Amino acid sequence: MTGEHRIPTRMGDGTLAHLTKSEIRADVEDGVAQAVRRAKVAPLETDEVDHLVEIYASPAKMVGVDLGDEIVLSCDGSGMKTHATREQDMQSYEQWMGADLLELCPGDYSLKVVRTILPYEAQCLHDALLSTVAPMQYGVMPNLGLYAKDDGPCENWSLLLPAGRIPEARAACEEAAEMAVADAVRMADVMYEAGADAIDFDTTGASGDPEFWATLRATEIIREKYPDMGVQLGMAGEFVLGMHGELEYKGKRLAGMWPLEQLHVVQEAGATMYGPVVNVNTGKSCAWNTARACAIVKPCMDEAEIPVHMNAGMGVGGVPMFVHPPGDAVARSAKAFVDILKVDGL
Amino acid sequence: MHNAHAQAAGLGGMRAAGDLVARMQMTRGMRLPEAKQYVADKLGVTPFDLGDTATMTEVRNEFGFGRIHSYAISHPWQANFIEAKFNISRVLDVPILCVERFKERTGMTEAPTTH
Repeated sequence: MTGEHRIPTRMGDGTLAHLTKSEIRADVEDGVAQAVRRAKVAPLETDEVDHLVEIYASPAKMVGVDLGDEIVLSCDGSGMKTHATREQDMQSYEQWMGADLLELCPGDYSLKVVRTILPYEAQCLHDALLSTVAPMQYGVMPNLGLYAKDDGPCENWSLLLPAGRIPEARAACEEAAEMAVADAVRMADVMYEAGADAIDFDTTGASGDPEFWATLRATEIIREKYPDMGVQLGMAGEFVLGMHGELEYKGKRLAGMWPLEQLHVVQEAGATMYGPVVNVNTGKSCAWNTARACAIVKPCMDEAEIPVHMNAGMGVGGVPMFVHPPGDAVARSAKAFVDILKVDGL
Repeated sequence: MHNAHAQAAGLGGMRAAGDLVARMQMTRGMRLPEAKQYVADKLGVTPFDLGDTATMTEVRNEFGFGRIHSYAISHPWQANFIEAKFNISRVLDVPILCVERFKERTGMTEAPTTH
């Protein structure tokens, strides 16, 4: 029976738990240890661990970064139509929510569906750009799975792989990836004409290495065509799943890449912003999850030549996997990533 | 969630200089210290000032960068929206694509034949 008082803190599923400071420290240390074991990264320094413990042992509802340490928030989905028109939603975000940049996106948010409604989307973007001030990007998920049957024209590699039909599965992946590149470049062509400040490829790699390859290739083409239009490339998971297994980008195999290797190829492709992801374990505390995330992403920070915008949203970056993530947990992850990693944004 | 991030760590968007720093990151690939210093130098403030609503409201007013407005606090004589972006492009010396498109479509500049 411990004499330590218990501190309200969050679990990865958003529920409240009451842990002692010692238990929070144990979680932080274990989160770091798991990152070292799994991602083969260096552990956090002692003072970084201590700072994480202080953040998560604070009883305050809201915590924040020091004045002067504020960062850029790349608010995805701000123009997805929540309470008004998409244009009005983005005006609300820049006027009321302190959004540093805005994002117009389709409700489905998938690349393949945008292809058929491009003029309408471009018209919305064009009009919204005339009535907002903050920079505005157009965002999609590459979502390569939609290119496979029954949603798309390509054979379904998710069915071929468990059947042992590996060469056919790889061929299907490659076919879908080429289609996605063409669609992404066409989308960028139209959004450039509409005046977009950037394109955002969100949840890149959700369908594994073929999707990552397609997005890198599309980024390379778009940046070469339009050097004044940025490309933000945000990931879906902490490492790249090997659905194909042998795809390479400029001689580097993509399957199995962790954030540091991801950063290297994203920079080579010419992206202007990179968003690493570390997935949340809902059975562990947010302190555990954030500690693990800090350790996994920390190697990126010294080597990044472009801004690193840590994904800190629902189910990633120490933010609970809950439909309305509690603000106390969100604020703690933000402070942790700014104070310890010195991220360029979230 | 966005609100929590904004309160905890955000530069404040149009309430301060967050949109300006963001523009240098997303279109120029500048890391945060470089982006803050670049914007601060162009505006004649310090990087610390960029997150200060009180300071940046006056700076935005001075440069015509667009303001937060409400029914009770209106500034119809000041630049806003696309007008503000013209000013931002000029002062920060960074091309803003919708400004360039505006110029082309209103005959202020010639449209390129192909992109």
